[in-house]
Amino acid sequence: MSSQPNLPIPPPLDLEAIRARLDESKGPQFWRSLEEAAGAPEFQAWLDHEFTDGTSEWSDGVSRRRMVELLGATLGLAGLTSCTKQPPEKIVPYVTAPEDVVPGRPLTFASSIPGVGGVAAGVLVESHMNRPTKIEGNPEHPGSRGGTDAQTQAAILGLWDPDRAQTVLREGRNSTWQRADESLKLLREQMLSRKGAGFRLLTETVTSPSTGAAIKDLLATFPEAKWVQYEPAGRDNARAGARIAFGEPVTAVYHVDQAAVIVALDSDFLVSGPGAVRYARDFADRRRNPASGMNRLYAVEPTPTPTGSSADHRLPATSAEVEGFARALAAELGAGTPAATVKNAAFLKAAVADLAANKGASLVIAGEQAPPAVHALAHAINAALGNIGKTVHYIDPVEVSPADQAAGLKELVGEMQAGKVDTLLIAGGNPVYNTPADLKFAAALRKVKVRIRLGEYDDETGAVCHWVLPMAHPLECWGDLRAFDGTVSLMQPLIAPLYEGKQLIEVLAVLLEKGGREIRDVVKEHWRAQIGASTPHFDDFWQKSIHDGLIAGSASPAKTVALRKELAAELGAAPAGGDEVLLRPCPNVQDGRHANNAWLQELPRPISKLTWDNAVLMSPATAQKHGASNGSMVRLANAVTGPVWIVPGQADGSIVVHLGYGRTRVGKIGNGVGFSAYALRTSANPWRVLGAEVRNTGDSQVMAVTQEHGSMEGRAIVRKASLDEYTKQPDFATHEEKKHKLFSLYPEWKYEGYSWGLAVDLNACTGCNACTIACQAENNIPVVGKDQVNRGREMHWIRIDRYFEGSIDNPAIHHQPVMCMHCENAPCEGVCPVAATTHSEEGLNQMTYNRCVGTRYCANNCPYKVRRFNFFLYSDWDTKSLHGLRNPDVTVRSRGVMEKCSYCVQRINWARIDAERESRRIKDGEVVTACQAACPSGAIYFGDLNDKTSQIVKVKADTRNYALLTDLGTKPRTSYLAKVTNPNQELAPRAEAKPAHGGNH
Amino acid sequence: MAAHDHSLGPVLPPVKIEHADVVLVQRHSNTTVTDKIAGVVLWSPTPKQWFVIIAIAFMVLQLLPFSLGNLVVQGIGLWGINSPVGWGFDIINFVWWIGIGHAGTLISAVLLLFRQEWRMAIARFAEAMTIFAVMCAGLYPVFHTGRPWLAYWLLPYPNTMALWPQPRSPLVWDVFAVSTYATVSILFWYVGLIPDLATMRDRAKGFGKYIYGFLALGWRGSAKHWHRYETASLLLAGLSTPLVLSVHSIVSFDFATGLIPGWHTTVFPPYFVAGAVFAGFAMVLTLAIPVRKWYGLEDFITDRHLENMAKVMFATGMIVCYGYFLEVFMAWYSGNEYEWAMLMNRVKGPYAAMYWALWICNGLSIQILWFKWARRSTTVLFIVSQFVSVGMWLERFVIIPMSIHRDFIPASWGMYYPTVFDWGTFIGSMGFFTFLMFLFIRGLPMISMFEIRTLVKRPAEANH
Repeated sequence: MSSQPNLPIPPPLDLEAIRARLDESKGPQFWRSLEEAAGAPEFQAWLDHEFTDGTSEWSDGVSRRRMVELLGATLGLAGLTSCTKQPPEKIVPYVTAPEDVVPGRPLTFASSIPGVGGVAAGVLVESHMNRPTKIEGNPEHPGSRGGTDAQTQAAILGLWDPDRAQTVLREGRNSTWQRADESLKLLREQMLSRKGAGFRLLTETVTSPSTGAAIKDLLATFPEAKWVQYEPAGRDNARAGARIAFGEPVTAVYHVDQAAVIVALDSDFLVSGPGAVRYARDFADRRRNPASGMNRLYAVEPTPTPTGSSADHRLPATSAEVEGFARALAAELGAGTPAATVKNAAFLKAAVADLAANKGASLVIAGEQAPPAVHALAHAINAALGNIGKTVHYIDPVEVSPADQAAGLKELVGEMQAGKVDTLLIAGGNPVYNTPADLKFAAALRKVKVRIRLGEYDDETGAVCHWVLPMAHPLECWGDLRAFDGTVSLMQPLIAPLYEGKQLIEVLAVLLEKGGREIRDVVKEHWRAQIGASTPHFDDFWQKSIHDGLIAGSASPAKTVALRKELAAELGAAPAGGDEVLLRPCPNVQDGRHANNAWLQELPRPISKLTWDNAVLMSPATAQKHGASNGSMVRLANAVTGPVWIVPGQADGSIVVHLGYGRTRVGKIGNGVGFSAYALRTSANPWRVLGAEVRNTGDSQVMAVTQEHGSMEGRAIVRKASLDEYTKQPDFATHEEKKHKLFSLYPEWKYEGYSWGLAVDLNACTGCNACTIACQAENNIPVVGKDQVNRGREMHWIRIDRYFEGSIDNPAIHHQPVMCMHCENAPCEGVCPVAATTHSEEGLNQMTYNRCVGTRYCANNCPYKVRRFNFFLYSDWDTKSLHGLRNPDVTVRSRGVMEKCSYCVQRINWARIDAERESRRIKDGEVVTACQAACPSGAIYFGDLNDKTSQIVKVKADTRNYALLTDLGTKPRTSYLAKVTNPNQELAPRAEAKPAHGGNH
Repeated sequence: MAAHDHSLGPVLPPVKIEHADVVLVQRHSNTTVTDKIAGVVLWSPTPKQWFVIIAIAFMVLQLLPFSLGNLVVQGIGLWGINSPVGWGFDIINFVWWIGIGHAGTLISAVLLLFRQEWRMAIARFAEAMTIFAVMCAGLYPVFHTGRPWLAYWLLPYPNTMALWPQPRSPLVWDVFAVSTYATVSILFWYVGLIPDLATMRDRAKGFGKYIYGFLALGWRGSAKHWHRYETASLLLAGLSTPLVLSVHSIVSFDFATGLIPGWHTTVFPPYFVAGAVFAGFAMVLTLAIPVRKWYGLEDFITDRHLENMAKVMFATGMIVCYGYFLEVFMAWYSGNEYEWAMLMNRVKGPYAAMYWALWICNGLSIQILWFKWARRSTTVLFIVSQFVSVGMWLERFVIIPMSIHRDFIPASWGMYYPTVFDWGTFIGSMGFFTFLMFLFIRGLPMISMFEIRTLVKRPAEANH
């Protein structure tokens, strides 16, 4: 240590004083050195600065070499602690018990979590003794209606992530908020004298009205300061499109449930983008009951998405072709735009006819990444069809400041390069990682004199900053956000910040010298100022709003908009076609913000079923052209190298690469996963690289994929029919099966009490994966890592099987969630030698983990292959913070035992306890499984089959109801409602569609 | 006997006898039989091959504690098994070893009841092989469990949990079948050893005398002893005979009671039993041919023995092929799409090479045994035996991983690749087997002396 320059030189020791101190003190006193015993202030200072040099290196993940060193050190230090008593902990009962707290029973609180674009997801968070463990959708919230997306489900892991920034760092060394605040106060003094000149605030998109007000306050106090927002997957294109169409960046809100015909232009509106969770529900509501009519969806998109796979007609098209299609559609429908030609005229004709026939009940939706022109055209078409006010309405932008983020960022970088920026406060985001490559943000950042970083992780950006201030997780925050329709959604903290995280508004308060107030009060006072005057009993109203998670009736009012005459002119020329590389946010980790979330990394991507990697997605023909197969490494535009993954149904000539990978400094999970496609990005063309060179390097890489086989092999697994066929034969899914009666020598099980059953409506399922993550969170399911996934050992209790049907260039894509079928004649039960898997008296096939010795016979004999085995100790038993995440109602499994879907038996048992206490039966709808609760489109039904009035009984009585592999005599309790599509007869001749039905032929 | 000079070594020089169609070359007296066989252990110089083989076996055996030790510490994820292939080398090797054991029981029990004299020379040897093969087999069910320290839960023992094994599971039947088999085999082998152990006791010098003496249980060769011996031997033969059929039938139930295409087959029990005898005789030949040569035991293990073993191997091999044919036929005849897909997966799936290799090893290679010269050629028999051993291993590969890797739901299909730990356990168990086998050869009379002595024709008989 002597080589370290900043160590205080210890003063000479006063041994007499030490003796005196030790004699005085009572109780066990242990001291490590004479200096400590002396209680010298220098020693205290030394303790504070104990880890000085090299600490920054340590805040990285522990490398293997480092680990060995540490282990050695630990052995040495173990001697120090071995004679130390643990600090006494006292268990004291509450004198006054907190309201509603029953030990062992969770409480639920409403809150909100920001998604991409800062748009709120309304959630209910389950809290066990103040420990948030599970996120559900808020049924009262317009953006949720009880459903959530996969990212919202996974946010709970983000909260407990041990790799989050844990302490204030100053130039890589541990510091404290106190010192940071002192520096911020100094900064304030400087700024006051210069009116904030040279100060810049860079944030992600802000929709929070109270944070927005604080920022505006800051800008008013320091008029020379500037605020820039940047998000790599932000809504610049949507705003620009709205500007072209209406002259102002209004936000479109769709009423998908009102639309009979929908055309999605490169849009995955059912799964990604603001309002997707709500749209999925509204869309499914028009398909749940084919007998009473169905909507029809046309999708034109470069790469298959869950929305595309839910479409009745899907047209693979490059982004130029999508725009061409939009132009032609607009021209044909009389939107007053110039005509254009398209490749697939029949598709266009059918779509045009369908839209024209459904004026006011049709909808054209442009995708988040579609160019502004497509957005403008979509608005124009909707206007021409008279859809505005019916299937779509416009509201004031949900963002506090709907600025053009790309332009703002470019200007900021210019100023940074020119040395005009003295202080940059980067709150959230990760610009060093995710800004377009041509801006060279990192280099520009180094020219800023003071770089302050407020972030959830000490990430790539933090590495370049002087100060790294840990940012609180949304579940640790008070606040407000706007939902997709403008509804003000309130955030309340579920737990005190685990690490020293603070919110942006707290940091701003220091700069504004308004510190010391509770953020809870700041938000409340903001709203008192906004609506207090018009709201009687504001305090009560506020209390109720916090309880509900939203301010009732705060959705933005519809705005009257008029198409601009200049629209046609401002569209510009049709884009050049040709081979292109499209950049897209990853369906799982999005722009990279979830890169350290192991659940999302291991979640199979909806179409490719890849885990733990991004890939260069290309169509079979494109791959053939480049001589590539799955895993071949290709170099794109001489900038990035990544493995190819062939996606049937992708547009030829369009290569798609997902953003969000190749993180270098995020945590143990996300570091080094995949490759960063941001290197391909330019500020002029953030989503598309035209004419990029594709070079096959000749290398290859192993990809971890959870489903190797995409064909149904002609088996009746996903059963489907067109609406016409369904009308003619409503029991198309089972009519063949009914011919073969299965007999059994054994008596059937008898169920006196409950008899649980589950059904999945394949017509509603979009394959969005929310259920998989919900199940993982609810049931403490471990992640296994890329290597183990590659060996076929992923642990998801509910998997979504994806099948391709038809041509390889444009196949129909089906999604089928598969969980334990809870068979009446379960093949697993009979073969277990130790009775670890048994049939319950309520029909559940239950696993007794403690009894399982792990012969795996049950898994072998399961025809559905839904059983999962702990080949290693997959559950993380060591990371303390993850202990807090676990659902205390579900066993954390050890090595060597089998596990599988339990129909969320812990939820059944909670309902049973409540019901028995009230001496009644469990009511229909009282037990909601985790997958069912999360499903945005409401595709999963669960309930008591013995209750003849229950919804599940009605659902299972549907003519579409069928079970998998019934010819085996397993009698599954999980069943499916067969898929019915609503094709346009112009495009789908009757002869082509052959219904898939059950039974052997 | 006391005057006999042991240092002279074998009494008779080894003589190659062409086409010996006898079960004992009749140039022996009771004394020379005993001297020759006991001499292998007690005074003849040990052939250098023994040292080479046991050294290699001992080294290879080290793979076993290495692989299994790692397995217990880290988890069975070290193996290549996964979802959907929950059983790989573990159960393949279990069935393979159990099958190999069957020849011993068949020879010692069934042939005893049928009074087949030719069994006498090879029974002891084959029984030892049975026991060691069952020991190897027994490793797998224990270590293949996710939590091997709890594998004893498969045993029915009174416990505070008041839980018994689940009697519907074929794995529980396995526990009973294999443990019974191991117990009866060991008893039968040991009882058969007692008279010879007494002979060894009488001839051994030094400390060995006490060991053989202890093991001989005070055998003095009285008429009463012989009477009791004959009764015990007959009873044990009677007990063992049904085991020959039951053990592998029950092992086959592990698959036949499952509903996986490729497993769910009624033909399995007889076809597994035939396969076991087939594999077992191949292993007896594999071991007997070199050992006979190295120790110069051609007088006792004659070409007649080899031919008889070849005939059994051939017959059971043809039954096995009939089983393969039936699987193909039933896949077609059942009209079941999953059965047909299973067959097509064997014929042209990713592991098709294994299936065709199986036909070559077990179907094609044995066709040479139609010819008498081949059945009497040690070279041909040795090579065919290797083919059969490999073929029977492939059969289990075809049945176990190849059936479950592609079953009903195509989305859950996967592949199975063994890891170094799979190979380590397998090769280690082969080392273990060979090591024990050669220890046995060195320490115990590998041919039943007293039984061979009954084959020695007395001069009076010879003159007839």
